[in-house]
Amino acid sequence: MTSPLLELKGLCSTVFSEDTDQQIPILKGVDLTINKGEIHVLMGVNGSGKSSLAHVLMGHPNHQITEGEAHFDGTPIQDMESDERARAGMFLAFQYPHAIGGLPVGTFLKAAVEARRSEEVPFRVFKRELDAALEKLGISKEFLGRSLNEGFSGGEKKRNEILQMHLLKPTLAMLDETDSGLDVDALKKVFHDVREYANQDNALLVITHYDRVLDYINPTHVHIMSDGRIVKSGGADLSKRIDEEGFEAVLGVEASV
Amino acid sequence: MSSEKTEVDFDVADINKDYERLYGFHTNTDYLKDSKKGVSPDIIREISKIKNEPEWMLEFRLNSLDIFNSMPDPTWMDGSVFDDINYEDLYYYASAGDKKYNDWDDVPEDIKDTFERLGVPEAERKFLAGVSAQFESEVVYHHIQEELEKKGVIFLDFDTGIQKHGDLIRKYIAKLVPQGDNKFAALNSACWSGGSFVYIPPGVKVEIPLQAYFRINAESIGQFERTIIIADKGASVHYIEGCTAPTYSKTAFHTGVIELFAEEDAYLRYTTIQNWSTNVLNLVTQRAIAKKNATVEWMDGNLGAKTTMKYPAVYLAEPGARGRVVSIGYANKGQRQDAGAKMIHAAPHTTSSITAKSISHNGGRSSYRGLIKVNKGASHVKTDVDCDALLLDDFSESDTYPTIDVRERKDVSVMHEATVGKVSDETIYYLKSRGIKEEDALLMVVNGFIQEFTKELPMEYAVELNRLIALEMEGSIG
Repeated sequence: MTSPLLELKGLCSTVFSEDTDQQIPILKGVDLTINKGEIHVLMGVNGSGKSSLAHVLMGHPNHQITEGEAHFDGTPIQDMESDERARAGMFLAFQYPHAIGGLPVGTFLKAAVEARRSEEVPFRVFKRELDAALEKLGISKEFLGRSLNEGFSGGEKKRNEILQMHLLKPTLAMLDETDSGLDVDALKKVFHDVREYANQDNALLVITHYDRVLDYINPTHVHIMSDGRIVKSGGADLSKRIDEEGFEAVLGVEASV
Repeated sequence: MSSEKTEVDFDVADINKDYERLYGFHTNTDYLKDSKKGVSPDIIREISKIKNEPEWMLEFRLNSLDIFNSMPDPTWMDGSVFDDINYEDLYYYASAGDKKYNDWDDVPEDIKDTFERLGVPEAERKFLAGVSAQFESEVVYHHIQEELEKKGVIFLDFDTGIQKHGDLIRKYIAKLVPQGDNKFAALNSACWSGGSFVYIPPGVKVEIPLQAYFRINAESIGQFERTIIIADKGASVHYIEGCTAPTYSKTAFHTGVIELFAEEDAYLRYTTIQNWSTNVLNLVTQRAIAKKNATVEWMDGNLGAKTTMKYPAVYLAEPGARGRVVSIGYANKGQRQDAGAKMIHAAPHTTSSITAKSISHNGGRSSYRGLIKVNKGASHVKTDVDCDALLLDDFSESDTYPTIDVRERKDVSVMHEATVGKVSDETIYYLKSRGIKEEDALLMVVNGFIQEFTKELPMEYAVELNRLIALEMEGSIG
């Protein structure tokens, strides 16, 4: 029996607040197991800790694991730097990707691909992969010459994140509110590309505030998060219930328990 | 500052004998006690005689020396900067033939190490370290020279320029940087050696960048380099001085004077990347004039030196003239980069832009010091200044001293933007989340920051500059 791709046991964390100069508790005991071939959707109201969970897992400098265990591919990740986690196969599509002036997208992508594989990738090899990905995702080549995320529209930023996912081929791809700020057409397109990526050798953790994502993706697992904990988990049936009764109603029932 | 002491009785020494030892290094403190501080008229006469210069140049030098001796240090900058200059210690003259070169063994290990890691070829290393006079690039040089000569282009070291085109130089020298412009310009005018003389005839477009090291039997960057570049009507030229690899200088003082003349419809670009060893005080006066519809661009990179003071200027003299400065400065530990630009709008319908990027690191200090002047009558003027500072840690410094002096109201647009920023942890985290190591992530951000400068460079320079920045930044992650 191989170990799960991601295994969290009683995970607690704090975030450093520069305003108050204090560590604020965020995660208060998260249990979660994700195996290859699965698509997990994590839902919850603002402030429930779902984005924080993604950043804790990716190693955000302001987030700290205080208790519990987090294993990726059987390895504890607590002491790993973000870049080590990424090279091991973790990926986070940011809700707000950072802009870096003067750094062309193409240069960045090549550096990231080489970092992920821990080897130099000949230009021709890289270009072949890149062209294929661009074509698949319907992204224009002109995009490569622009500064990373600088002056990008909301949709362009999200598509850029998905492009990176396709090139870096993570085994665990976490998507932090990738649906936010997208109109219906863009949403459809982006989640079509997300679905294209999913296969039996990887897993997705899709974080969202709205249930509309469920129209575009068929999760194997659905979780509801509240106050730093996963308070409800289920399969596609929970997703269906949310679809019928509404996300707020389901959370309301659970939260009152 | 240290140097060997040589005891010489000035009065009895035969000035024609053992010249280099006695007068090349002026270390005789006894003599200096009795004499005026600095180089003497006798020495100037001797230099001029050895170089077989015309009378007017001797007069020019002597006159400049008088001016130098009568001038105080600049007062607008923290005076302690100039405390390091010991005029008695300066190496006033070296002839091309019998210059006393540095000993390779004396070149500091860190410089040798940098050459090694930059992959600088052996011959170039010695040249850059001041151990030999030139790159071994004669074949390339001859080919290029032939091509240029066919077009009537003059591209010579300044000494040869004086010999062959004295009358032409006489018309232009000190027209933009008068001898009394500043103390260091005066010293340069008295003691200049090295530098280039370039003349591009009307309508001639020089396709390849002219690089100083194509010249033969001359120093690439002398301690008192003097350069004049003239782009005649409709001519076009890109001149590149220096190179990115560190230039080792035993003498800790470099003061150059560069004058650029762009006649009607001409295009003239001057690119320099200076990376002096960190003992050097680098004071260069760079000034240009742009005539009707002419364009002058200064691309100015400053990495090394202990202190750099450099403010390339463009005098926009006639309608349609354009001036542009793009500069970067990297101030590492113990370094001060005081750089900027000056744009003088003396005619209507003139435009200028200044982009100044500075990086401060390990306690280094970068300053932007700039002047925008719009004269009365210079209407329909547009000028943009953009200076951005990047601090790589909490204890490095950056400041800006912009001066904007506008005397004309009719349709004058002056934009000035300044930013100071640090590389945010969030940005580094974003790059790291893609598997990129922290030091590489920081380097990507810094290279992005200076991209407006690097994109203007020929490819090999851009690559070399990026590698050099990587070396500078090594160990910047705790």
